[in-house]
Amino acid sequence: MTLVELMPFSVLVPLIAAPLCALLPGRILPWLLALASAIASTVIAALVLPQAIDGPLSYAFGNWPPPIGIEYRVDSANAFVALLVSGLAVLATLWGRKSVNEELDQPQGVFYSLFLLALAGLMGITLTGDAFNVFVFLEISSLSTYALIAHGPDRRALLASFRYLIMGTVGATFFLIGVGFLYIMTGTLNMADLAERLPEVADTRTVHVALAFIIVGMGLKLAMLPLHLWLPNAYTYAPNFISVFIAGTATKVALYVMIRMIYTVFGADYSYAVLPLTAVFLALALAGMFIGAWTAIFQANLKRMLAWSSISQVGYMLLGLALGTVAGLTATFLHLFNHALIKAALFMAVGTVAWRVGSVRIEAFRGLGRQMPWTMTAFALAGLSIIGIPTTAGFISKWYLILAAMDAGQPWLVALIVISSLMAVVYVWRVIEAAWFQSRPADAETVREAPLSLLVPLWLMVGLNFWFGLDTRLPVAGATAAAEALFGPTGVTP
Amino acid sequence: MSPLTVILIPFAGAIAIALAAGQPRLRDTLGWIAAIAFFIGVVQQIGPVLDGAGREQLLWTILPGLDLMLRVEPLGLIFALVASTLWLAATLYAQSYMKAMNYPHLGRFFACYALALGATAGVAFADNLITLFIFYEILTISTYPLVTHSGNADARRGGRIYLGYLLTSSIGLLLVAILWTYFATGTVQFTEGGILAGHVDETWLPLLAGLFFFGIGKAALMPMHRWLPAAMVAPAPVSALLHAVAVVKAGVFTVLKVAVYVFGIDLLAETGSGIWISWFAAFTIIAASLVALTLTDLKARLAYSTVAQLSYVVIGAMVATPLAIIGAVMHLAMHAVAKITLFFGAGAIQVAHNRKTIPELDGLGRVMPWTFGAFTVGTLSIIGLPLFGGMWSKWYLLLGALETHQLVLVAALLLSSLLNILYLLIIPIRAFFAPAAEGVPTEGIHEAPLPQLIAMTVCAAGCIALFFWPDPLFHLAGMLVQ
Repeated sequence: MTLVELMPFSVLVPLIAAPLCALLPGRILPWLLALASAIASTVIAALVLPQAIDGPLSYAFGNWPPPIGIEYRVDSANAFVALLVSGLAVLATLWGRKSVNEELDQPQGVFYSLFLLALAGLMGITLTGDAFNVFVFLEISSLSTYALIAHGPDRRALLASFRYLIMGTVGATFFLIGVGFLYIMTGTLNMADLAERLPEVADTRTVHVALAFIIVGMGLKLAMLPLHLWLPNAYTYAPNFISVFIAGTATKVALYVMIRMIYTVFGADYSYAVLPLTAVFLALALAGMFIGAWTAIFQANLKRMLAWSSISQVGYMLLGLALGTVAGLTATFLHLFNHALIKAALFMAVGTVAWRVGSVRIEAFRGLGRQMPWTMTAFALAGLSIIGIPTTAGFISKWYLILAAMDAGQPWLVALIVISSLMAVVYVWRVIEAAWFQSRPADAETVREAPLSLLVPLWLMVGLNFWFGLDTRLPVAGATAAAEALFGPTGVTP
Repeated sequence: MSPLTVILIPFAGAIAIALAAGQPRLRDTLGWIAAIAFFIGVVQQIGPVLDGAGREQLLWTILPGLDLMLRVEPLGLIFALVASTLWLAATLYAQSYMKAMNYPHLGRFFACYALALGATAGVAFADNLITLFIFYEILTISTYPLVTHSGNADARRGGRIYLGYLLTSSIGLLLVAILWTYFATGTVQFTEGGILAGHVDETWLPLLAGLFFFGIGKAALMPMHRWLPAAMVAPAPVSALLHAVAVVKAGVFTVLKVAVYVFGIDLLAETGSGIWISWFAAFTIIAASLVALTLTDLKARLAYSTVAQLSYVVIGAMVATPLAIIGAVMHLAMHAVAKITLFFGAGAIQVAHNRKTIPELDGLGRVMPWTFGAFTVGTLSIIGLPLFGGMWSKWYLLLGALETHQLVLVAALLLSSLLNILYLLIIPIRAFFAPAAEGVPTEGIHEAPLPQLIAMTVCAAGCIALFFWPDPLFHLAGMLVQ
């Protein structure tokens, strides 16, 4: 079996494992199967990445040659995102067992089956080269995610899930309308083929509208302000394991699709000329950065705080995209990668506390620094990364973002990036303040440190934040290759 | 030994000490081994630096243009020598003090103590702003458990102010200044003659200077000084070695390093972009001295005295003539030796008589002649009288300020000496000559344990020795401005 033939299995393994998983009894077996599938996915994705950096790999499903059949087309950009998604799934699953056991007192076959479907969906969106296929996988991942969120222990999870369902469906439908318009105009759904045929019909209203629909649709899925309303509740009330997983992956994949459509299908020159994307993205990015961080400062529920922080961090990614340069896009991909590491670590830390203390409200963290030193230290270190202190992954993102802003001749953006980072200091500090500088309330029970099965994955995640803050070769090479692949070898600036 | 090895010695020592936490004897021995090995390592760096070829070491490249890099140059060497020498004295003192005061968790304490020294060495040997920044932050964080060591509400409040001031100033201002420097010049490397000249417009330089020098919160320039008095909740050996030597000197050391190797003294002197900072420093000197006058808690008074003395170095760095720089560098060493003596004294008084406020010390000098003798020597050196090392640094700082006709600064320096007499010298004077305070024995000698006396005496002797043999220090400081 060649690598090209192996490649689709990073989607197929979780997809095939999902129904099997639903049949498995008890708790351990479904978890083991989910973990094994995620690992298999990751291994394949890791094998594919170096090859994809050399040149795109193409696999035709059922031997129907593209553009007739469905093509999986993998270049640096999606190979990079695929490795991130699957790798994060492994770490989240490792961490998740204890947490899921706490929140779900029932056989977990269905739960892990849904998780595998969500993973398969996200991997499928990332790897496929077919616009309609993106929609199909988008729905697979979204539907399973709605169900997963509804598993949350709080009854409000149902409402959160329902809201996400409405908004998510609107988003997916918009995307589908956009793809439909493209199909009407060109008669093809294959992305590479679309890219070839679109120039002929580029100046029609239909294609303009298609682009707008696709951007708004994906904007909903990636929680671009002001389309973010579903996100805080969804992250807050989902089971902690799911918060860790979707915070690191779901919005990232949606962003990837948006970038792919803008750059590969429509072409950057065209997209940025037809729609005022620079201005729109810039305004929404800045609004997201500041409103997200500002709102995060005032949240009493720490999962909600992290959710708002995510909205702020999505702003950074959009900012890189708004610049419309190779450097900007590199910064976007880097932050996409680094933020996944940071946010997963933070959600794991908060989830670990929730597992032990049973609450994620800031009052519950008072005085915890002494009772759960390892967990809280992990939170503080991941906090350094989200602020962007040197030696952390977060610093590398900000560094490239600032570099891109300077490069694009917009030094005033640097000041805004710095100010919004300082707002991150405030919301991280609130937690540190509660954990170390306030005493444990007298009526609170004394808790012990969390068990190793939660601490080890958590610290692994924190370790990765520092690892990729020092050894930047993989993310920087991956992000650079991704940006260059999207811009084309010449790297033309629109 | 390579610079990295020198830095790693205290870090390795910290791990070993933490592992040996349960065995006091082994733990103390390891403490000594680390301190001595560190001292030897630093001393070995002297030769190459004098030959003009301080050792260089590239540790790791984070990104192109963003290296973790070490280099031993004269300024860093002086700082490392001061810290490593005084660590020996502090080891002797601290082991005795912590046991005498029955502090718990000594394994954690001595491990963090060693960590802080490793971070200090990292600051001293850093060859670019990023490397320095990283060690600077490690120093902040590793000293936090020491500040809050006693764990009570007071300690927590102090620790909060400590961490709050140092972290926010460094992240909010210093890191921004570093980024600005990189994006303006394309490098963060410490370079002889500075890197900013010709890259940053003259109108912006004062702002950049402000970001740098207020961002270096450890230099305690007002209004960034509040963390230092707050840190006095720590046990005396921490106040002595860390908050009179390692941490605060890491602050003024960074100020000097930025002034000499980032701005370049020519640029600072020509554009005068640091002059407005030196006025803040002059204000800090006078204001901190006045505050010290009103305080009755001995350690708090010493802390405000430190705040004032640190600004001497800042003034030297901002005036930026060769003489002023030499004065500033020498003051870094002179003040360290004198102030550690005073803090050792304050700790010894606590151990022997459990007294903390100054009125309680009346007449105590007759019972603790040795302690108050050393205390007097330290005080006189801080005032800057002949026969004591502190004279030299003050002398050169004054010359530098006179040279540039900064009469405000000259006045501040002179006035500060007078105020020193009022708020520092008065302490031993009252201890020796005032009628005994309530509960102070009128006869007999009751001193702190011998190791503490030895440590104090050695440091006091150092103050005097530095008056007679300032040449090595002067020579090294001179290498900076050639």
